[in-house]
Amino acid sequence: MTDTSSTRAIATRRTTGAAPNDTARAARRAPWGPALAFLARRIGGLLGTMLLASFVVFGALYLAPGSPLSFLTQGRSVTPEAIAQLEAQYHLDQPFIVQYFIWLGGVLRGDFGASIIFGDPVTSLLAQRVGNTALLLAAAAVLVLVIGLAVGFFAGLKPGVLSESVMALATAAMAVPGFVAAVVLMLVFAVQLGWMPSYGMGEPGIGTLQHLALPSIALAITSIAFVARLTQNAVRAEMKSEHVQTAVSRGLPSRFIVRRHIIRNAAMPVLTAAGLTVAGLIAGSVIIEQIFQLGGLGQFLIDSVQKKDFPVVQAICLIYVATFIVLNTLIDIAYTLLDPRVSLGKKTS
Amino acid sequence: MTSTTAIATARPAARTPRLRILPGIGITGQIAFWTVIAVALLAAIGPMFVQVDPNAVDLEYAYYPPSPWYPLGADASGRDILSRLIVGSRTALLGPLAVVTMATFLGTLLGLVAVWFGGWVDATIVRVIDAIFAFPGILVAILATALFGPGLLAATIALAIAYTPYIARIVRSAALRERNLPYISALQVQGRHGFAISARHILPNVSGLIVANATLCFGLALIDLAALSFIGFGVQPPTADWGAMVGGGMSGILQGEPGEALAASLLIVITVAAVNTLGDRLVQRSENRA
Repeated sequence: MTDTSSTRAIATRRTTGAAPNDTARAARRAPWGPALAFLARRIGGLLGTMLLASFVVFGALYLAPGSPLSFLTQGRSVTPEAIAQLEAQYHLDQPFIVQYFIWLGGVLRGDFGASIIFGDPVTSLLAQRVGNTALLLAAAAVLVLVIGLAVGFFAGLKPGVLSESVMALATAAMAVPGFVAAVVLMLVFAVQLGWMPSYGMGEPGIGTLQHLALPSIALAITSIAFVARLTQNAVRAEMKSEHVQTAVSRGLPSRFIVRRHIIRNAAMPVLTAAGLTVAGLIAGSVIIEQIFQLGGLGQFLIDSVQKKDFPVVQAICLIYVATFIVLNTLIDIAYTLLDPRVSLGKKTS
Repeated sequence: MTSTTAIATARPAARTPRLRILPGIGITGQIAFWTVIAVALLAAIGPMFVQVDPNAVDLEYAYYPPSPWYPLGADASGRDILSRLIVGSRTALLGPLAVVTMATFLGTLLGLVAVWFGGWVDATIVRVIDAIFAFPGILVAILATALFGPGLLAATIALAIAYTPYIARIVRSAALRERNLPYISALQVQGRHGFAISARHILPNVSGLIVANATLCFGLALIDLAALSFIGFGVQPPTADWGAMVGGGMSGILQGEPGEALAASLLIVITVAAVNTLGDRLVQRSENRA
């Protein structure tokens, strides 16, 4: 007993003693140049992609059948003043590329023009709704990260009938589209059991949480299953790896092995993939918002497509795409800078 | 004696797997494969056996319970749910098939061209692919609906464009590995044209991976198209379609008549689960062979 505990103590001291030394050496070795160059390259790529995306969103106006003006008005009876206002807003008397840069300049100042239906500035219309979307996405992200990672880790660490059936369930859940999950959840918990409200956002506070429960679960369910499976695979792979086998055969306590060897090595790739999955929730939230009538950007987007309010459609599409690109880039930067095993050399995509 | 029995028993054991159409995907893969075949058959020949007009409205029979006349009941307009599910399987499956076919063709072309020419061609293609990748499929389709109005065609083309980067990235990285192998240089030294080498040597060697990933894309495209039809941007009424049926069944859900929405949901989930499992197994198989 004393024998094993003393070996453990030595082993612990050895490993803990080595850690600060290693980090210190790594810090001394790591020059800032490559990191800054990498950051600059990533941010440059981000700006390039954003520019292309904004060009596509603006240029879409010219892909539509008919002239831009007739597309924007869509055969509605519009007053001459409104037409003049649209012409001024899109600078339709200018060449295409000039129109684009004037529009882009406005977007960069937070000016998306005026809504054709409401007449109000698009920015203020979006500002009233962005909060609900952010709440839904945040709630779903928390569910994905907490439940997905926890289920994956435990299923990975404790192989057996329970973990196998949980993973089989996760595989099945990955085939459930968000809107199907929403319909089933609404049927069971809102209609049959009457535990949850089926529509709207409710009063701020507890009411909002209650109203967000079903939508966020419906939005998150596929991603929870995906992250759980991914985490389980990563943990299993770590457990089979040589350094973990060595640690086990040296008789190190399993808590220590799990914390120091398994979680630490599996964490980075798993967190990166989980982060990308969370960024992917943005697209799914449009449908979920529409089903539960949450009054966010997604519902407004569908509404504006139906009412042919193109300035609003452009603005929301651009915001979604920009958020998606920024999140992806941030996760990529964090992954590369935080994980010392990833080389900062030229990145092959 | 023992050795002859060993040989005698070993031979048929080695031969049986060859009887399977698609070896190397495991039992789960086989179940998934035959489920996909069954769903495809449902769409291909099922509609021939439908005796009732799937679009015939009869408000007297709204939400009629399952019975010999309506095997799965009737929907809010008194239309037969079973015949709508069977006829709707065509729209539900042909849409994603068109998306995947277009995306696979375009993606493979882009990937092979990028790898063969390299340099600025590759850099440009990668940049464009990255930019398209930033647009989630659903968002491209919604933008297309804003431009061209609701309908299956615009949604299908939009999704095909949105899915092209998935295939292009996979083809590019797989073809890049092939490109650096000695046999390609050998062919080049012999004076073979780059197009011929790409089409006749690189493409066949990466085709397993392409088919596997196209299968995975089919599942995603089915979900996206069903979601679009669900919110009314894809297939237009009265055409039967699984996604549109879930959407049409929403009012039934709130009135406690969930039959239509649940039946269509179940078919979507079974199909996507089978297609995804098959795709996973095919990816594993092509990775094992590589």
